[in-house]
Amino acid sequence: MSWWNPTDVGRATRALLVDLGRGARLFVRLLASLGTTLQRGRLIVDQVHFLGNHSLAIITVSGLFVGFVLGLQGYYTLQRYGSAEALGLLVALSLVRELGPVVTALLFAGRAGTSLTAEIGLMKAGEQLAAMEMMAVDPVQRVLAPRFWGGVIAMPLLAAVFSAVGIVGGYLVGVPLIGIDAGGFWSQMQGGVDVFKDVGNGIVKSFVFGLTVSFVALLQGYTCQPTPEGVSRATTRTVVIASLAVLALDFVLTAMMFSV
Amino acid sequence: MTSPTAPSPADSAPPLVELRGVTCGYGERVILRDVDLTVPRGSVLALMGTSGGGKTTVLRLIGRQLEPMRGQVLFDGVDLAALDREALYAARRRMGMLFQFGALFTDLSVFDNVAFPLREHSTVGEAMIRDLVLMKLEAVGLRGARDLMPSQVSGGMARRVALARAIALDPELMLYDEPFAGLDPISMGVAARLIRELNRALGITSIVVSHDVHETFAIADQVVFLANGGVVAQGTPAAMRASTDPLVRQFIDAEPDGPVRFHYPAVPADEDFGVRAP
Repeated sequence: MSWWNPTDVGRATRALLVDLGRGARLFVRLLASLGTTLQRGRLIVDQVHFLGNHSLAIITVSGLFVGFVLGLQGYYTLQRYGSAEALGLLVALSLVRELGPVVTALLFAGRAGTSLTAEIGLMKAGEQLAAMEMMAVDPVQRVLAPRFWGGVIAMPLLAAVFSAVGIVGGYLVGVPLIGIDAGGFWSQMQGGVDVFKDVGNGIVKSFVFGLTVSFVALLQGYTCQPTPEGVSRATTRTVVIASLAVLALDFVLTAMMFSV
Repeated sequence: MTSPTAPSPADSAPPLVELRGVTCGYGERVILRDVDLTVPRGSVLALMGTSGGGKTTVLRLIGRQLEPMRGQVLFDGVDLAALDREALYAARRRMGMLFQFGALFTDLSVFDNVAFPLREHSTVGEAMIRDLVLMKLEAVGLRGARDLMPSQVSGGMARRVALARAIALDPELMLYDEPFAGLDPISMGVAARLIRELNRALGITSIVVSHDVHETFAIADQVVFLANGGVVAQGTPAAMRASTDPLVRQFIDAEPDGPVRFHYPAVPADEDFGVRAP
């Protein structure tokens, strides 16, 4: 393809529009599948377990270390202004408003998103999706939708775990290690964190990220070339596209939430 | 073209599958050009021919996994292209397809693979599903393998499990994509016998895509040779054996060179190797 050849540019643009249209149609079908998928709740529960439970270790460990670092860096800044007791508030706000949803989404894209893409891609390569079609079973309803909604449900739960463990990490560094007053640490947090504005916005963010990462992962798997190379490329694309989408959406959502 | 067998009641019935002037391909590459094909009810029709000749494409057209560029694909007299999703799925419930490598669901056991279409499409209870699944597995000789996972069974067994799954809903039409590929002689014989027996016992119509002359000729009522985008020969296995068509002869006698060239088109060898005649 050469960028100065109008035919090639036209062909590439048309292919891009076709891909976008196909992706949009799949997204709408997945959203519309909520009712029928909920009727078979067992499938969603299995996916929440598979995607969520298996991501728990990486989320917990990452949350703990992020909390440690927040404790150290926060104390370093706050003690300059004599407000080290506000460490609890700083750690909590950083986690529930921003780091919890965003870092969880990035880790989820790497851990569960790639697994979703590879699973769907390999099902396609092994003709399992075609076999399902020939059995008059819609693969979007039976395979993709439970995974999509499983991911959407698992993400806020994982973000909550990440934030909670991160706060414990900040506490361990701030209180037992540095020696900040434990009462000040918790009371500042209790007084400064708003349930709706801070925690609520964080939940909205992680819900949107859940939609984004799950959709990108499933789309890449569903539309990949059914070859080893195709599946491998799709898996890489999942991480890249989902991560960039999460960061871009985070900016948009944060800007919207600030303006409210 | 030969008329194979004496007329039977099935011959007077309209064909179960019919391709009328079908042109079809992938992207801009045309695989089949203006193909007409009729599959009589109750028969075993074998589609044979060179690789890339369009055999699997015919199966994909019949299942409407692929749409023709021109022409019609009729199933029981109905043009498949005219069906909406619901009607298409209703038609597919009357078909079963055996994929080349089985396409078993790798996260489900042998039992659950066979039970899958029953659980999706029927309202019968688990006790009835259990009995039905065991009957289907018994038919393919694998009742004892019900608890194994697909990774624990051989290629031949996987193909038989997939066959049990394909007949779970008692289809009227069975599509077999390379059922003998990669099987040892024993498994191949078992697969061939099963195809013929199921066709007879269930009264279904079967289309078998295969390269294996010996096993396929033994079970087919009609053989259709596809090459160069069209049907080049058609008739009973006996008629095909006696055929003088060069392509059919090359295929049956497994000759390396003939109408199908051994060498892919290339520039003259002396040009490539830089050798000049003295």
